[in-house]
Amino acid sequence: MILEKLILATIIFGISLFIAMYATYLERKVAAWLQDRVGPDRAGPYGLLQPLADGAKMFLKEDFIPTNADKWLFIMGPGIAMFTALMTSAIIPWGTDLVLFGRTIALQVADFNIGILYIMGVLSIGVYGIMIGGWASNNKYSLFGAIRASSQMISYELAMGITVITIVMMTGSLSLRDITNAQHGMNWNVFYQPLAFIVFLICSLAELNRAPFDMAECESELIGGYHTEYGSMKLGFYLFAEYISMFISSAIISILFFGGYNFPGMDAFSGNVLAILGVAALFMKIVFFIFVIMWIRWTLPRFRYDQLMHLGWKSLIPISLINMLITGLVIAFKNGWFNS
Amino acid sequence: MTNSSYSDYFPILIQAGVALGFVLAVLWVTHFLGPRLKSKVKNSNWECGIESDGNARFPVSIRYFMAAILFVLFDVEVIFFYPYAVNFKELELEGLYAVILFVAFFLTGFFYVLKKGALEWEK
Repeated sequence: MILEKLILATIIFGISLFIAMYATYLERKVAAWLQDRVGPDRAGPYGLLQPLADGAKMFLKEDFIPTNADKWLFIMGPGIAMFTALMTSAIIPWGTDLVLFGRTIALQVADFNIGILYIMGVLSIGVYGIMIGGWASNNKYSLFGAIRASSQMISYELAMGITVITIVMMTGSLSLRDITNAQHGMNWNVFYQPLAFIVFLICSLAELNRAPFDMAECESELIGGYHTEYGSMKLGFYLFAEYISMFISSAIISILFFGGYNFPGMDAFSGNVLAILGVAALFMKIVFFIFVIMWIRWTLPRFRYDQLMHLGWKSLIPISLINMLITGLVIAFKNGWFNS
Repeated sequence: MTNSSYSDYFPILIQAGVALGFVLAVLWVTHFLGPRLKSKVKNSNWECGIESDGNARFPVSIRYFMAAILFVLFDVEVIFFYPYAVNFKELELEGLYAVILFVAFFLTGFFYVLKKGALEWEK
């Protein structure tokens, strides 16, 4: 049992790293494609070895700590960012149960009944990684990058939390497994909650510090943002954490709104075939959302900081609250609570 | 799945072990790889090429602090919605009325904050 979970955790860890690595490649290819360029094509066929070359380079760079930086916090910052990014994948249901060597293996490292709360909690700890890193650098640009990033992340967390509540109201459970199972076949939440989906997508972009909300690292004002002073794998951790979070966010969007491992016509299959097809369906959705996030980055210009805070506080929070009330009323009408 | 026991949380520790092991191992390994060159100028902060002036321990705009405080306030209120949302279908109308009242309180506080201009960034 313990061994099984350890193997599963290691496999998922490997997959997260692999996807994060190739997301950097995909990002450059998507950017090149959208801007009518070629993109990386030197390392290996179609430049497929580029992420490995980048990784090796990161490892061999100088591990640098500025003199007036706070040494321990400076090391802790990227560590926390990477650790929290890796922790979130524990709760994601990757597929239905798999039967191997006569044992039933749940394709989920941990299934407990507060799944989505766990994810929100761990993501919030990620703010500390950025804040500590930026502050410890003792660089004004890093500090401003960190403050902007954390202030933006906490602002959008409110609207995100409220949209998740609408989904929980429809399912009656916080467990991601239950939420997925409630969307059997094509019964996806996005058809009932399109508004919540849009709000959640916007909030995810803001939580990820991705364009058009990448105020934290706008080159023209703040050099590199909170990771200006970082080099070697410490910088690598920040970048990796961002791409792993992108992978996990895409997974969560797929699970909450697009049925996770459910796909139309899934009743025709059963057992291991269903499990494998389910995993494939989930990964197709995840890759699609990773692409959407990149597509948005290379299409929209950056917001101004006050516009960002306006959108977060004055539009998204009231919209998601009203959406929640409407959901409640509609469910009440449907179940006939008002008739009795 | 309504009941949860401590053993459900055990795999989280395994995951934490794997993640922490990786993070520490990489930080340890990169400490010994790569060149090490030191000089007074190189080790100072990099601030757009111009010579760095003073340090970064200075007060920042109160607005960031306001946003943080308001986040704590409203996030606690949002957390109160979660137990309600889980039991939404059992509580039926009684719960719905209660939560409408709660949302009204939430919005009252929210509009008070907006009216007071706590979230005005241009001024």
